[in-house]
Amino acid sequence: MSKDKFDYYIEGKKNKYEVIIGLEVHAQVSSNSKLFSGSATKFGAEPNSQVSLIDSAFPGMLPVINKECINQAIRTGLGLNAKINNNSVFDRKNYFYADLPQGYQISQYKNPIVGEGKVLLDMPYGSKEIGIERLHLEQDAGKSIHDMDPTNTYVDLNRSGIALMEIVSKPDLRSPDEVNVYIKKLRTIMRYLGTCDGNMQEGSLRADVNVSVRKIGDKKLGTRCEIKNVNSIKFMQMAIEYESNRQVEMLDDGKKIDQETRLFDTKKNETRSMRSKEDAHDYRYFPDPDLLPLKIEQKLIDELKKTLPELPDNKKERFINDYGLNSYEANVLVSEKDISDYYEEVAKLSDKKLAATWMMGDLFAMLNDKGLNISNSPISAKNFAELVRSIKSGEISGRIAKEVFEIMVESGENPKKIIESKGMKQQSDPKELEKIINEILTKNKDKVDQYKSGKEKLFGFFVGQVMKQSGGKANPQLTNEILKKLLKG
Amino acid sequence: MSEIIKKDLSEIIELIKKKEIKSEELTNLYIDKVNKSKKLNSYITTCFENAIQKAKEFDKKPNINSLLPGIPLAVKDLFCTDGFKTTAGSKMLKNFIPKYESTITENLWKEGAILLGKLNCDEYAMGSSNETSYFGNVINPIAENTVPGGSSGGSASALAANLTPATIGTDTGGSIRQPASFTGTVGLKPTYGLCSRWGIVAFASSLDQAGPMTKSVKDCSIMLEAMAGFDKKDSTSIEKKKENYSKNLKTDIKGLKIGIPKEYRVENMPKEIDELWNKGKNILKELGADIIDISLPHTKYALPTYYIVAPAEASSNLARYDGVKYGYRSSKGNDLIEMYENTRSEGFGDEVKRRILIGTYVLSSGYYDAYYLKAQKVRQLIKKDFDENFGKVDAILTPSTPSSAFKIGEKTNDPISMYLNDIFTVPVNLAGLPAISVPAGLDKKGYPLGLQLIGKTLDEQNILNVAYAFEKNCNFKNEIKNWWL
Repeated sequence: MSKDKFDYYIEGKKNKYEVIIGLEVHAQVSSNSKLFSGSATKFGAEPNSQVSLIDSAFPGMLPVINKECINQAIRTGLGLNAKINNNSVFDRKNYFYADLPQGYQISQYKNPIVGEGKVLLDMPYGSKEIGIERLHLEQDAGKSIHDMDPTNTYVDLNRSGIALMEIVSKPDLRSPDEVNVYIKKLRTIMRYLGTCDGNMQEGSLRADVNVSVRKIGDKKLGTRCEIKNVNSIKFMQMAIEYESNRQVEMLDDGKKIDQETRLFDTKKNETRSMRSKEDAHDYRYFPDPDLLPLKIEQKLIDELKKTLPELPDNKKERFINDYGLNSYEANVLVSEKDISDYYEEVAKLSDKKLAATWMMGDLFAMLNDKGLNISNSPISAKNFAELVRSIKSGEISGRIAKEVFEIMVESGENPKKIIESKGMKQQSDPKELEKIINEILTKNKDKVDQYKSGKEKLFGFFVGQVMKQSGGKANPQLTNEILKKLLKG
Repeated sequence: MSEIIKKDLSEIIELIKKKEIKSEELTNLYIDKVNKSKKLNSYITTCFENAIQKAKEFDKKPNINSLLPGIPLAVKDLFCTDGFKTTAGSKMLKNFIPKYESTITENLWKEGAILLGKLNCDEYAMGSSNETSYFGNVINPIAENTVPGGSSGGSASALAANLTPATIGTDTGGSIRQPASFTGTVGLKPTYGLCSRWGIVAFASSLDQAGPMTKSVKDCSIMLEAMAGFDKKDSTSIEKKKENYSKNLKTDIKGLKIGIPKEYRVENMPKEIDELWNKGKNILKELGADIIDISLPHTKYALPTYYIVAPAEASSNLARYDGVKYGYRSSKGNDLIEMYENTRSEGFGDEVKRRILIGTYVLSSGYYDAYYLKAQKVRQLIKKDFDENFGKVDAILTPSTPSSAFKIGEKTNDPISMYLNDIFTVPVNLAGLPAISVPAGLDKKGYPLGLQLIGKTLDEQNILNVAYAFEKNCNFKNEIKNWWL
């Protein structure tokens, strides 16, 4: 990621290729109930405990749109700078599977709720815009469990009917790195909005990855393959690497790529053909006659717009302008809403720049070490600000600050208290320091003479002695000044 | 005593209100007649124990202010009834007992009615003669060898034979009005969205509509009043205030404009249907209505349009019957796909399979635009025909069916001629309008024939009024001779 020039190309036996990637991200809508029924959506509940007659498709049951899910999709669309469609339609996507009780999934086909939008990526080689083709709402299917019994498959319908947003990107991504940044950016935006928790372990965010390759300079897109249902960024990246190399090899061998759906085998690290275009399902989409077309009043869109929080791109700009951060710092600090909130609280009470440095250094390292999130950090933002203030004012040195920090992590105490009770305050009284330094110079007359005769490296020795004598509390800058003055005389 | 069950629903309600008969006595009269009328095969399930118990409860604390006080009613077996088998006339659901009650039946019970039984119908309401039912065909009480029409054939037969004082059916392309016409009874298909579809086994969601089937127009208004109402569980339900159809029923139709669409005079239509239509016109004219010739130019496309739209929706609606969750499951098959195939091959009858095939075909990629999409466009044109004419007229008068009841087996091998039976009723469903079939006369064989009144959206009161006035002046008398007893 330290490269400042884009260079993700694949060298084949004959030609050099670029990789074209488009993603269909499935993001679970944060809502208490399902898209068309009142069932709960809690993760990890007892199998089949969150299933209504609608979710299990009993005869005569009818779907009713959950307005909260619609609002969440609109919010997300607004967060993606996208056009919200005032008219959209729910369609039925027909296919048979044991975990699809209706025999069709209610989705949106020709008329999605959200149209074109865009997402900005901060890449080391500059900012890059990724186009969003559309966002539509659809029902999740249930879960087939094949490994609980040697001969039977079990079906858990808890997930059946949960609202998903399918966010389809344009084929604008060009490398696994860009995919990584894109997914994280989407997740950040949705977490800011509170529309998807982005939890990939729980399956709240997964993606179908479309990959094709083309010779450098070619205008036309190559034939793509779709890798279905990949549920971690790492696997997406591995799948893209494997798949693009496979395609390059085939093309350079003079073979043709077949448009097909492939699976990524995480154990073997390879993609495998699932079905060809000829075998593709004919889903027989048609408008769901149980649901009227969805009309969204401009008024609702405007109202939701007003309630949107400040989004990461805007916040980043503000952090740069108001807090004097550089682009990299601002990026890191807006990557999660909780982090940015924490930073702002600290920055309000202390030095903005120093706060950023200390947060991104010691605080993040500690959290990472302990596997904690900023929201359950042992150090409160108020205490952390106090620590930064003490450093800035010269009350404690950076070295002492690290010690104070450690104690804060353990005890959660206020740094002022720690500094006072342990007597860690920096010695910044020039008279006191002069007294200590004079004593040291007297004791080490030989070294003073050597220094004066040109062995200037010994300066460090004197500083060390002062630190030792003061228990590390001597103000380093002042120590330097006084030492220089006295050694001259 | 047994004369009581020959009376209209409204008269029976009066007897209950005046305490001249108890609900339990009344219920027993029907039970007795149903038990003697098995030959008609109009009931799939009887709920007699429940009925007696509920009737006793009613008699202990009679609430005579409800619309249907202590009235036992049998309903089409397409309405889900909590704790009682709901089969939809199919092997697929022959043992299915819902744990929920359809909104429509719930509304009836709230008005004091009591479930007496579940009535035979074409499988998943797909049929025009009640011959596609897994539980056997139903016989029309007008003559031993005739069909009662369909798909609400069991409902029409039971009603005409006095095996229930009134009943409800569902109408997707004529399934209430055609059997009403074949049995000399009244049947109304309400405006799409007036009656909730929640809890009704779905056939074609954009066309299905529940409605009353009764022996008189007044009965029809009482039943509709009990059934209709907004239901937030049905997204296509219309939000509006409840209406008092029975209270507002009147015979004064002076000055009303009645349209006569020329396109309904179809080729090879029996002369007696034409004469009946003229008789209808004349009666309304004498009552002070203006008769106006109109044109509904897209009528001829209605039937093909219907037979694309309805099977398309059905093919998807019936996908849920896969043997996984409830209903019939074949014991044969080595994997999931084979289990599906065997379950659906064995569980569905021929007509249902035919429509699933047609529906799947018209939605397939490559055919969608030519069939389904085109049909949807034509559907809009058909609707527009009506909309334009309802600027000029208040209601439209047509025959209900192109013929009277036909013989059992007469059309089973010729689906097209069977489908042609719905030619006058189907356009109404496509347009989502209300229409009522009211008995108008008998043909040479003595079989009843009905006339249809089509109304504007949510103008049920108006067509009820016209039908009411017509009924009072038509002197129709159903000649059912209880030959099966």
